[in-house]
Amino acid sequence: MAASMRLLVRQLARLSHRKVTSTVSGVSCRSACCWRTSSGRCFSDAAEDRSTHFGFETVSEAEKAKRVYKVFENVAQKYDVMNDAMSLGIHRLWKDVLLHVMHPQPGARLLDVAGGTGDIAVRFLDYVRYQLERQKRRDTPSGQGSSWQDISDDRRRESSAVVCDINKEMLKMGKQKADRMGVVSGLSWVVGDAEELPFDDDQFDIYTIAFGIRNVTRMDQALQEALRVLKPGGRFMCLEFSKVTNPVLARLYDAYSFQVIPVLGEVIAGDWKSYQYLVESIRKFPNQQEFKGMMEDAGFYCVQHHDLTGGVVALHSGFKL
Amino acid sequence: MLLRFLRLKQRQYTLNFKVCVHRLHTGRADRTFSHYDGLYPGHIITTPFQKALLAVGSGVVALQDPYRHDMVAVLGETTGHLVLINLRDRMRNDPEGYTVLTERPKIRLSTLDLEKMASLPDGSFGREYLRFLEDNEVTPDSRAEVKFVDDEELAYVMLRYREVHDLMHTLLGMPTNMLGEVAVKWFEAAQTGLPMCALGALLGPLRLNTRRLQSLFTSLGPWALQNGWQARCVLSIFYERRWDQSLEELRRELKIQPPPVDFTKRRKNGR
Repeated sequence: MAASMRLLVRQLARLSHRKVTSTVSGVSCRSACCWRTSSGRCFSDAAEDRSTHFGFETVSEAEKAKRVYKVFENVAQKYDVMNDAMSLGIHRLWKDVLLHVMHPQPGARLLDVAGGTGDIAVRFLDYVRYQLERQKRRDTPSGQGSSWQDISDDRRRESSAVVCDINKEMLKMGKQKADRMGVVSGLSWVVGDAEELPFDDDQFDIYTIAFGIRNVTRMDQALQEALRVLKPGGRFMCLEFSKVTNPVLARLYDAYSFQVIPVLGEVIAGDWKSYQYLVESIRKFPNQQEFKGMMEDAGFYCVQHHDLTGGVVALHSGFKL
Repeated sequence: MLLRFLRLKQRQYTLNFKVCVHRLHTGRADRTFSHYDGLYPGHIITTPFQKALLAVGSGVVALQDPYRHDMVAVLGETTGHLVLINLRDRMRNDPEGYTVLTERPKIRLSTLDLEKMASLPDGSFGREYLRFLEDNEVTPDSRAEVKFVDDEELAYVMLRYREVHDLMHTLLGMPTNMLGEVAVKWFEAAQTGLPMCALGALLGPLRLNTRRLQSLFTSLGPWALQNGWQARCVLSIFYERRWDQSLEELRRELKIQPPPVDFTKRRKNGR
C-alpha cells in the first residue's frame, strides 16, 4: 500500500514537471515558427510541438521517430523468425500476392521503402528473372545460342531493386540474408528516410512499402515523396495491416494480437514491449477507405485497394500520371 | 486456497483500474515505453491467459536453450506467485528478513565496495564471493529484472531471490557449470519450493553426463536436499552487512554443511 502511494506521488510529480517543460518549449516554438512558411517542411522544433501516436500513447513527432528507430533496432535480429511465428508463415503469401498483382516486367526499377530485411526486393528480382527466362525460351527456338543482339537486349532489360530503410540494423540483417541466398546483382541497400528520400525525381517504375508506412511519422510526407521519385506512369503499392470488417474475425484477430503476439515477442525475441507497440500501431493506422483518400490527396490516380485474409492486410495501389 | 484466489482476483481488478487511470495521464517521455509501467519500473501487466502462455513458452525455450536466462526468469515469475507469498511471509516473520524487506538492499556492482572486499582476509564471506565472481567470470549485474509479478513487494522478493542465487554458489561452494547449477537448484527447490526450481532440478540432470550424474545422485544431490530443508531461510539474511564474517561461521549460522566435493581445490590442481 505504501509502495503504491509512493509510486502515485512520483507520477504526479513527474506529470506536473512535464506540463511545465512542454509549456515552455511550446511558447518558444510558436515564436520561432511564426516567420516560417507553412508549406515548407517544418523544422524539428515544430515536430516537438505537434503530437502523434506511438501505439496507444501520445507523443511528440520527434519522439515517435526516435522510439520507432529503437524498436526496429531491437527487433532486427529476430525480425524474420517473429514474422513467421506471428503470422504462421502467411506473411510470405501476402508478399507473393503483392508481386503477382505488381506483375513487373524485365527492365523495371523498383524502390522498396522501409524494405528492412529485403523480402520484397528479393522476390521482385526472382520474379523478373523468371519472366526473362520465360521470354527467352519463347523467343529463341531451341538449338540456337544467344546472339550479341540478345545479350545487349538483356543488359537493357536488366532490372534493379533498391532497398531503402531508415534503420541500419534492419538493412544489415537484410544484406546478410541476401548474401546467404546468393542474390547479389541488381540489389542495392540505401539508408534513407521515407519522408525525405535520397533520390532524384522520376527515377523508379515501382515504389513499394510493405508493412512500413504505419511506422512513418508523417504519412502524407511519405506519400508525396513516393509521388516525386516515381516516373510518370509509375506505380505505388502499399501492403499494410488494415481493418477487419467481419466482426467475428475481428474479435478473434484482436484477441490474438493482444494476448498472443506480445507473449511470442517475449519468448522468441525477449522483447515484449516492441511487439506490444507493433500491435497497437496496427490499430492506429487509418482504414482502407481513409488511406485511399490520403493517396488521392497526395496526387495518385486510379487508387484501388484489395483486402487479403479478410481485411487483416490491405493492398493499396495507385499511379502517377 | 479459495480465499487466496479471490483476493488475487480482487487485486488484479484494482491493479488494472490503477493502470487505466495512469494511462489517462500519458506522458513520461523520458522512457521508451513509459505508459506500460504498472506497479514498479519494468512491470508488464498480463492476463492469466498470457501468464499461462508465457509459462509454457518460456519452459519450452529454457529447456531447449538453458543459456536463455531470461526465459528461466520468466518461468519463475509466472509460476511462483503462491510460493513468493509464502517466502515473503517467512521473511516478515524473521527479524533480519523484515529488515531486508523494509530497507530493500540491492546487490549491484555499483553498490559493492570491491576494493574493500578484496582486502578482506581469505575465508571471509566477502572475499570468497569476490573470488567466485572472478573465477567464474560473472557479475551481479547480469540478473534479469522482474516483469510479470503483480505485486511490488513480491517483485522485490523475486529479485532478491535472484541476487542471492550467486551468493548461494559461494555459500555452497558450487561452480557455475551444469553440475554446480543443478546442485544449487536442488538446494533452492528444497528451500523455497519455487516451481521453477523444482522443474530445473528435475530436468537439469538430463543434460549431465554419466559421471556427473553419479556424483549428483550419490553425494551432491542428497547433501543439497538435506541442507535445503534444514537451513534457515536464505533470503532473510542481510548479506551486505556480513562481508567480513567468516564463511565457515556464516555456514554454521545458516545450518549449511560444507560441500562433500571441494571444487576449488580441483580447479587449482586439475585445470
